[in-house]
Formats: sequence, structure tokens, C-alpha cells
Amino acid sequence: MKYIDEYRDGDLAKGIAAAIAAAAKPGREYRLMEFCGGHTHAISRYGLADLLPPNVRMIHGPGCPVCVLPIGRIDQAIRLAREHGAILCTYGDCLRVPASDHLSLLKAKALGAKVRMVYSTADALKIAREHPDKQVVFLAIGFETTTPPTAVALKLAKAEGLKNFSVLCNHVLTPAAMHAILAVPGGIPIDGFVGPAHVSTVIGSRPYEVFASDYGKPVVIAGFEPLDVMQAILMLVRQVNDGRAEIENEFTRAVTREGNLKAQAVVDEVFELRESFEWRGLGTVPNSALRLRRTPTGIPSGHTMADFDAEARFDVEYKAVPDNKACECGAILRGEKRPQDCAIFGTICTPDNPVGSCMVSSEGACAAHYTYGRFRSAE
Amino acid sequence: MCLAMPALVVEVGSADMAVVELDGVRKEISLALVDGVKVGDYVIVHVGYALQKLDTDEALKTLELFAEMAQATQ
Ligand code: SF4
Repeated sequence: MKYIDEYRDGDLAKGIAAAIAAAAKPGREYRLMEFCGGHTHAISRYGLADLLPPNVRMIHGPGCPVCVLPIGRIDQAIRLAREHGAILCTYGDCLRVPASDHLSLLKAKALGAKVRMVYSTADALKIAREHPDKQVVFLAIGFETTTPPTAVALKLAKAEGLKNFSVLCNHVLTPAAMHAILAVPGGIPIDGFVGPAHVSTVIGSRPYEVFASDYGKPVVIAGFEPLDVMQAILMLVRQVNDGRAEIENEFTRAVTREGNLKAQAVVDEVFELRESFEWRGLGTVPNSALRLRRTPTGIPSGHTMADFDAEARFDVEYKAVPDNKACECGAILRGEKRPQDCAIFGTICTPDNPVGSCMVSSEGACAAHYTYGRFRSAE
Repeated sequence: MCLAMPALVVEVGSADMAVVELDGVRKEISLALVDGVKVGDYVIVHVGYALQKLDTDEALKTLELFAEMAQATQ
């Protein structure tokens, strides 16, 4: 596949690994956080950690949308389907996330709730058009990559006057989560970030500049292929060596400083900042998520989107629910622990029977480690 | 969910719709979030929407950089 296979070349990967080994100074540690679950997946799948010298350590970050969604949010979706009779549409990754009362969306479906997996927001709209007598709710999750598609669907719904469509909005913001990670009291020291690939195609590299200027942390935006990640690690090691903190872009084939302005404008038209949002692992973080626009400020169309907010349309208030006591997802999402530090990893908690959210999505640290890494670390 | 890949645009239709091909599989996607995409372009597709057009010059430059890095230590 063009523009994919070339970025997976094993010999080149070894070459870049040699360059990293030559650059990394033996006397010091390099703790680099890959923010994004897509990078966690690539690192596990291609065994990249094995190519790095022992003093270059990759720390998994909180950039997996399914992982950071707290139980109470899935509970809301289940209540919409079970108590309000809505057809609940969502991306496949959300279906198996454990919720309260030993439920998940998939189990609720088995019990008769109308839960539909969709590939895109266009499918959710289609379902709403086909069932005018039913309420159709899209459980929207994700960082800045999935937000513009939700916004497009909402604009269409508004234009068409679709009365039976609404969105349970859980869209979250990458820079806010990076701030939160750096602000964890007594949190792990981080020498630099591998910045998200696709999130950055939308928001551009500019929003990361504050991490260099205010926190002194280098960020290198990287593509999702293995060579991209290796190259970004090399660039970070060099920045650390030189005492530089800059925003560098390895993924120039899709990321600019400004990002996708058209997508940003659509998002701005439909969403506004939420004052606070609870994240699994990071707790309640101010201004870290979006909700449907209630205030029509500065928007040419001057409209609000509050009518399409499922939280307002139905009585499904968010209630915080603690995670399973044995589950270490919170600490893993803060970069403080690794999957293998969890006592029930791979025994009680497996991808077939996940106890925590990090075991559900292929971008989750536990699922990635279970699928690709566990035998390696057992050696 | 976030693992999107560059796909080749093989058809551009009306109402922002397009058909892309990835590894022999064709799929209908939306171009509502990007401007000026033509047949033959590569786009990064995510949950059914093109998020960005791939800059093929930059793609080649990055590959050249990898080769340089890998060689420098040999
Ligand atoms: S192995 Fe399961 S229970 Fe343990 S931290 Fe990971 S997801 Fe949570």
C-alpha cells in the first residue's frame, strides 16, 4: 500500500534505532510520553520498545478516547437506550467498555436495548431518517479527530430539521489533557512528548507551542507508522541532548502549523468549551471537553445547537462512578503504571472479558500489551 | 478507532461524497471537511471523513530523511 508500506521498512527501522542508540547518552534517562493511543498501538505492534536502548523509555499517555471515558458516561448511554427507548448509535470501540451493574452497551443490547454500531456519523443520521418515530442518539466520543465528523452530522441534522436526532457529547481536547498530565502533583517526570498524528492534522502544531514555551517540554508530532515513531524518538532524544524544547513536526505529509481550518470552523460553529469534564485517570479537568453550543457568540449563522444535546433533551444526568478496585487504568493513563503492573492483567482482565477500559480498544495500553507485548516481557 | 490510513481517491461525487480505495477495498467517504480534493489525491480518512489531504512531496522528503538517518550511523 502506497504511503504506508514504505514507512514500515524493517531495515530502515534498525538504522534509525542505531542512530537513537548512538545519540542517547549512557548516563541519563529519556522518559518520553507517546500521548496518543495510535502510537501506543504502533509501539506494541511493531515491537519498537525492543529497538530502543534501555535508557530511552516510552510512557503511555491518555490519548485513547475509549480509555479515558469514565464509567458514568457509558451508564448515561445505557440509560438512554434502556429507560428512554432511544436507538443508541456508537462506534464499535465503545460497545464493550465496562459500565455499572456488570453491563456494557453490548450486554444492554443482548438484554433488548436498541444499540447500533456505526462506522461514521453519516450512518447515525441515516438511522434517524429511517426511524422518524424513534429517538436516535449518537454517543459521540473522541479527541479532535472525531469531533469534526460529529459537527458535520449535527449541522446536517439542523439543516434538515431532524427532530429525532441528538448527540451525547463526550468530545475531549488533547492540549487540555497534556496540561493535566504535566500538572499531576508528584506525577512522573516527562522529558518530551511524541505528539498525536491525526489530532494534529486537524488542530495543527500551534496548540503545542505552549508546552515548549511554558513547560520547557519538547514535542515532536509523528505519523502512526513505525518509522515515523522511531524518527520522532530520535528527534526528541536530540532535543533533550541539546537542552532544546521545540515543537518539531515529523508528520509534515499531513500536519501544518495551522491545521485544517475548515474542520476547525465547523467545530467552532457547533461546539463550545465545557467548564469541566471528568476523565478516567485524570479526574475532573477544567475546559477539557466540548458540549453543543448554547451561546451563539461570534458565529455567522448565530444559532445554538442546544436542541440536539441528548443530555438536555433527556433526563440523563452524569453521575460519577468509581472504577473497579483492582483496575489500574487510572494510573496507567497518567503514565504512572504499566499494564503488567496490574494484578489482574491477562488473567481476570482480557480483551474478551475486559474489566477496565484500557483492555477494550486496540489503542488501549492494556489491550496493545496483551495482544503484542506480553510474551516479550515474560522472556 | 484512531487508526486511519492514507487512501487513494478514485471518484469524487456530488454532495461532498467520494470513493476511496485502500488495499483493493473501496469505500464511500465524505469530503465535507477538506477543500479541493481530486481523483488521484491521497487523503487521511477517519471514521468516514477525509481529515486532510496528503502532501506527497513532504511524504517523499520524510522517506529520504529516514534513509539519511539510517545511513548516518553505518
Ligand atoms: S489489565 Fe484490565 S483491570 Fe488491569 S489496568 Fe488494564 S484494563 Fe484495568
